[in-house]
Amino acid sequence: MDIKATVLDILNDLTGSDVSGAMDDNLFDSGIMDSMASVQLLLSLQSELGVNVPVSEFERSEWDTPNKIIAKVESLA
Amino acid sequence: MLTFEPYGNPTYFALLGVALLPLMIGLLYGKRSRLYETLISIFFLVLTFGGSKWTQGVALIIYILYEVVLTWGYAVYRKNHNSGPFFYLMVILAIAPLTIVKVTPAVENGQASLIGFLGISYLTFRAVQTIMETRDGTLKNYNLMTFLQFMLFFPTISSGPIDRYRRFEADYRSVPDREKYLGMLQKGIRYLFVGFLYKFILAYYFGTILMPKLQLMAMHSRGGFLDLSWPLIGYMYAYSADLFFDFAGYSLFAVGTSYIMGIETPMNFKQPWRSPNIKDFWNRWHITLSFWFRDFIYMRLVFWFMKHKIFKKPTTTANVTYIINMLVMGFWHGVTWYYITYGLFHGVALMVNDMWLRYKKKHRQSVPHNHFTQIFAIFLTANLVCFSFLIFSGILDKVWFQ
Repeated sequence: MDIKATVLDILNDLTGSDVSGAMDDNLFDSGIMDSMASVQLLLSLQSELGVNVPVSEFERSEWDTPNKIIAKVESLA
Repeated sequence: MLTFEPYGNPTYFALLGVALLPLMIGLLYGKRSRLYETLISIFFLVLTFGGSKWTQGVALIIYILYEVVLTWGYAVYRKNHNSGPFFYLMVILAIAPLTIVKVTPAVENGQASLIGFLGISYLTFRAVQTIMETRDGTLKNYNLMTFLQFMLFFPTISSGPIDRYRRFEADYRSVPDREKYLGMLQKGIRYLFVGFLYKFILAYYFGTILMPKLQLMAMHSRGGFLDLSWPLIGYMYAYSADLFFDFAGYSLFAVGTSYIMGIETPMNFKQPWRSPNIKDFWNRWHITLSFWFRDFIYMRLVFWFMKHKIFKKPTTTANVTYIINMLVMGFWHGVTWYYITYGLFHGVALMVNDMWLRYKKKHRQSVPHNHFTQIFAIFLTANLVCFSFLIFSGILDKVWFQ
């Protein structure tokens, strides 16, 4: 499975809402994501894609839309 | 020799203006003189920590040497090793001086610790963060001189904002182009003037004129239910206004001065009184502190709890961590019942806030959302916050126990 689909799956599971229609919407501003969800995202990335992201690498402004998250994960994979 | 509280009086600002002028001209021509920046940093540090406050100055120097040994030593160690217990030991050692300073007054009848100095908590945040990012491997090129500049950056040394090593380093190592710098200069000067309004007019009115009167009246109106009275409620609002204008004013000075020096120190306040809920309030109030707690305590603890599957439900993890996070913040303010209660209050408020947000998400159709509910949410949040500041102010300690 490719990265984009996996990340979207993780996000959909995590937020309980389908984000694929709003790939550039800020997930934190709209309240869909918070710190808790961020940590869950990092743990899922680790278990499902083997991508290790330390908490201090998580600069919120670089991870705040689905598109940015996918780009970030692709650069780290 | 005279000592100056940072941004405390007109003389300080006059000296600041004179000292910054050559630096501004340099930056306008694309030059940053490390030597000159270091010299004025030392000059302003001596103004703050010299003269009658020389014992604080000595404490500062010893503290800095101590933290340098820890961070530098850990950076060297981390190149080839990565032991968990050693990392925890380093963090504990880095926090130890601050812990002593905070606990001493509680056990020594209010006596201040000898190793304390103005700004020790803010420096501790910077040092601990440097160790944590070194552990994560996100901070790879620890540089001793940059670390010293980062710790001793005089505009923010006494009370923040709390910058991050890597962000500071990127600014410090580069020179903004002229167009960008002119923009920063304009902003910096505007921040200073808004700061004057906040700190010397509004905070002066609420803090120096209004608060003592209300406090006296509140002390005279004791005897009712929980000694509550109208003057006490008035004190709550006046104290909240003073706290905001005083600290936001100081922060504007610190950020404004940084901008003039070509460093984009992050902002500390973002219209906090417009927050529709407590969670959002902490995204807008003392931002660099609350984000520090979010990134280095809350998220790390949640990560650890979830990785080791300590709690079954994510909501339990979040709730427990909220309480721990805010309790630590309470203790950080000082070991008194009212600071700790304040922390607990906000921990519980965040828990309740999350419960409500979950409920709202589930019952999207039945929960109304309009202008009126929005205004009500802002009103409720502001009043809850003011109530928490009433606890924080310590006046209840006087009203109840003195």
